[in-house]
Amino acid sequence: MDYEIVIGLEVHTELKTASKIFCGCSTRFGSDQNTNVCPVCLGLPGVLPVLNAKVLEFAVRTGVALNCRILPFSKFDRKNYYYPDLPKNFQTSQYDLPIAVDGYLDIETSQGTKRIGITRVHMEEDAGKLIHSGSITKSEYALVDYNRTGVPLLEIVSEPDIRSAEEAKAYLEKMKAILQYIDVSDCKMEEGSLRCDANISLRPVGTVPLGTKAEIKNLNSFKAVQKGLEYEAERQAEVLGEGGKIIQETRSWDDARGITLSLRNKEQAHDYRYLPEPDLVPIIVDPAWVESIRQNLPELPDARQGRLIKDYGLSAYDAGVITASRAMADYFDATISAGADAKTATNWLMGEVSKFLNTSGQSIEECPVGPQKLVGLIALIDKGTISLKIAKAVFEEMCASGKDAETIVKEQGLVQISDEGKIVAVVEAVIAANPQSVVDYQAGKERAIGFLVGQIMKQTKGRANPELVNKLLRERM
Amino acid sequence: MELNKLKAHELHRKLQAKEISAVEIAEAVFSRISAVEDKVRSYITLTREEAMEQARRTDEKIGRGETIAPLAGIPGAIKDNICTKGIKTTCGSKILNNFIPPYSATVVDKLSAQDTVIVGKTNMDEFGMGSSTENSAYFNSRNPWDTDAVPGGSSGGSAAAVAAAEAIWAIGSDTGGSVRLPAAYCGVVGLKPTYGRVSRYGLVAYGSSLDQIGPITRDVTDSALVLGAISGYDPADSTSANAAVPDYTKALVPDIRGMKVGLPKEYFVAGMDPEVGKAVYRAIEQLKAMGADYKEVSMPHTSYALAAYYVVATAEVSSNLARYDGVGFGHRGEGNDIISMCKRTRTEGFGEEVRRRIMLGTYALSSGYYDAYYLKALKVRTLIKQDFDKAFEQVDILVTPIAPSPAFKIGENVDDPLAMYLQDVCTVPINLAGVPAISLPCGFKGNLPIGLQIIGKPLAEETILRAAFAFEQSNDYYQRLAPLGGA
Repeated sequence: MDYEIVIGLEVHTELKTASKIFCGCSTRFGSDQNTNVCPVCLGLPGVLPVLNAKVLEFAVRTGVALNCRILPFSKFDRKNYYYPDLPKNFQTSQYDLPIAVDGYLDIETSQGTKRIGITRVHMEEDAGKLIHSGSITKSEYALVDYNRTGVPLLEIVSEPDIRSAEEAKAYLEKMKAILQYIDVSDCKMEEGSLRCDANISLRPVGTVPLGTKAEIKNLNSFKAVQKGLEYEAERQAEVLGEGGKIIQETRSWDDARGITLSLRNKEQAHDYRYLPEPDLVPIIVDPAWVESIRQNLPELPDARQGRLIKDYGLSAYDAGVITASRAMADYFDATISAGADAKTATNWLMGEVSKFLNTSGQSIEECPVGPQKLVGLIALIDKGTISLKIAKAVFEEMCASGKDAETIVKEQGLVQISDEGKIVAVVEAVIAANPQSVVDYQAGKERAIGFLVGQIMKQTKGRANPELVNKLLRERM
Repeated sequence: MELNKLKAHELHRKLQAKEISAVEIAEAVFSRISAVEDKVRSYITLTREEAMEQARRTDEKIGRGETIAPLAGIPGAIKDNICTKGIKTTCGSKILNNFIPPYSATVVDKLSAQDTVIVGKTNMDEFGMGSSTENSAYFNSRNPWDTDAVPGGSSGGSAAAVAAAEAIWAIGSDTGGSVRLPAAYCGVVGLKPTYGRVSRYGLVAYGSSLDQIGPITRDVTDSALVLGAISGYDPADSTSANAAVPDYTKALVPDIRGMKVGLPKEYFVAGMDPEVGKAVYRAIEQLKAMGADYKEVSMPHTSYALAAYYVVATAEVSSNLARYDGVGFGHRGEGNDIISMCKRTRTEGFGEEVRRRIMLGTYALSSGYYDAYYLKALKVRTLIKQDFDKAFEQVDILVTPIAPSPAFKIGENVDDPLAMYLQDVCTVPINLAGVPAISLPCGFKGNLPIGLQIIGKPLAEETILRAAFAFEQSNDYYQRLAPLGGA
């Protein structure tokens, strides 16, 4: 039987506020253990939370960017469960009246644009981190770092509208782009500022009722999301194919082994005993304020992609790649305003720059060649100072040393040779040294000329102007 | 002259006139404590050194001719569930027997800003759960009028200290009557302010939507003074009321002509001691004689209040007390892993009543029972609030008993939690509604005081203080001092 895959995603994103959600402690990542703490986030007896106004603003901005309805009356609730990284043994979250509901985002699929529903967006506090000595099962003790306790989170829950692991990845990438564009989160999966849990079930193609779902946790990268969901879909198909039944359970993705493992079943599921948070007053949102946030929303990825296509004639694909992250799109815009030609800038971004980022693992913000330096390099090509080929080598050197293009070209004497006299001398010497190639060429072997060009470039260390070399060589053959 | 037996406003005048010094007052209080504390047992912790130091500083201020705050140099006691920086705060519980807060509650900061002298931390039913201090993990406090009787609870230590002249004033907390009941049992004045009037920051939570800090004093004037000192908006407490604090002493005029007084008949419950009923009716007659308009009103949902209270409060308890797990602070039990450690910590650390309420609340919030218990209780709470709204359309204040009987004997109700819960029947509706109420003596049964409750509209503390002041000044109950009799 053929099955349809049904996926819904729960995304947690850390908001980039300066202070925590209910106290004034810093949210800085990477501080010494238990230094960003106070009585409130440590949950000491007698303390009370106070909502950080910035968190509410970011939540509303996110809701608006995701085309949600902002609830005029929303509230916090306590989600009760015992865990040593949770100092109060309840998480202050939102249950039945979240800040935003009923939104959507659009993703690109092989069948075109697809709309994925957003069920809700709610605010909550993050928990601390447990540190074990060695493996979690063998550790003699656990230490708790409360720095992350109380860092503001948004939970964004999608409708079960996603139909493949591929679409799940596209959804996550789009979500990340939007959250970065509206400047509410860094979305660094490796630092845990973007996390994803997935609900996945199968149903026979053409049927309506949803199958029994499994919740997959520990999907710590975009790749893990895709691979984990692919694996789980296959596992469920196998179980169903053998006439078995899917158990409603929570499973954990084991990235190293490439499999999902059962964590707990429905009977072991927590009863969170939600209750309205009595220490916080309900949130009453002024519609005029929401409207002003809507009016001041930064340009979103789709709009920016459209602008690049319309204004610069970029292909949809190129514009899509460049606008996938706000930083990349900002980089592009900066090179244009520094005077680069859009097509050339696109080629560099899609080519050498992306290649460098992929191999170095750096983000575009960390790239040693910023927009100004890239434009400087492009200008040298345009002026004929260096060839494209040399430019690529110079770019590598710029990444390694951080120097600008002009300095490198000067230091290494890479200026292109466009002096006909100098080139003619080399051309004639090469012809003289390779009579057979000349014969071959004259016999109609076009390939022989390539060999000769190669020899000339070798002797000039690649600096000879390729167009001149070609012209002068053919004249003499 | 025994300085410790005077009221705060009397001492303040003498301090300003330089007739006495703050050190002399503090010494009087501490020598009284030495004399009677083994009979009364009000305090879990005494802070004599800090107190004497503060008294000296206040004297220096007076010496320099500076004007001093109304409570400057006046010794008071703080209930042990209110955080005091650097001073052990146990909540009457074993689980916090080693807890020294790194911060002070907002009320403590406000009182310190007035240069008040803190004598110590008072005994209480564990986490505020009880009506007698018999649920303290440490010891029972005793009623200064009859040391075989309970002082009431949960702020029993605070009320006993004030009644026994071991403190001039005290701070308590009131979730279902915990300031008013012990004040009534001990023949002193206890005030539960409007929910939000006083910041809860630093008050260790019992039932967060019900808890409110209030003063316990020897007369209504001192009640107004202490209330003024601790009230006000606090940005650290989101539920605190952003309303200006009036000078409550200005409300103390012995004139209630034309004030509309309501008597809700539902508060005269079956099984009420007839002496209590008589004392309350006598008080009503007195108010009428002073020119108040009297009217009987009906508050039909009163009989459901106790049940709703014990669902709402315990639900919040089950969540509020979850943090005592032995991980970050407080008592830690032995265990091989986190679960056994946590279980042992909570089994050893919590007393029976606290465990009972955690279980009740956990049950009420459990999936499948939530609608039947917690949600239903919230609906009842709304109905009770509406009862008050309707009553206050007709009258300015409501007058009721505080409890069905005067103080009971130690041990009398310990095996019967329901009998114990019944002591709260006249006080819990006030917390559910969030309105202010004051308790003050209106008579005696034998040598045991009987308490009168005056309830007002939200933020109408001035009205209830004025009525209480007028009533107080028309009799001499407030001038009587506990004999510290009994065994």
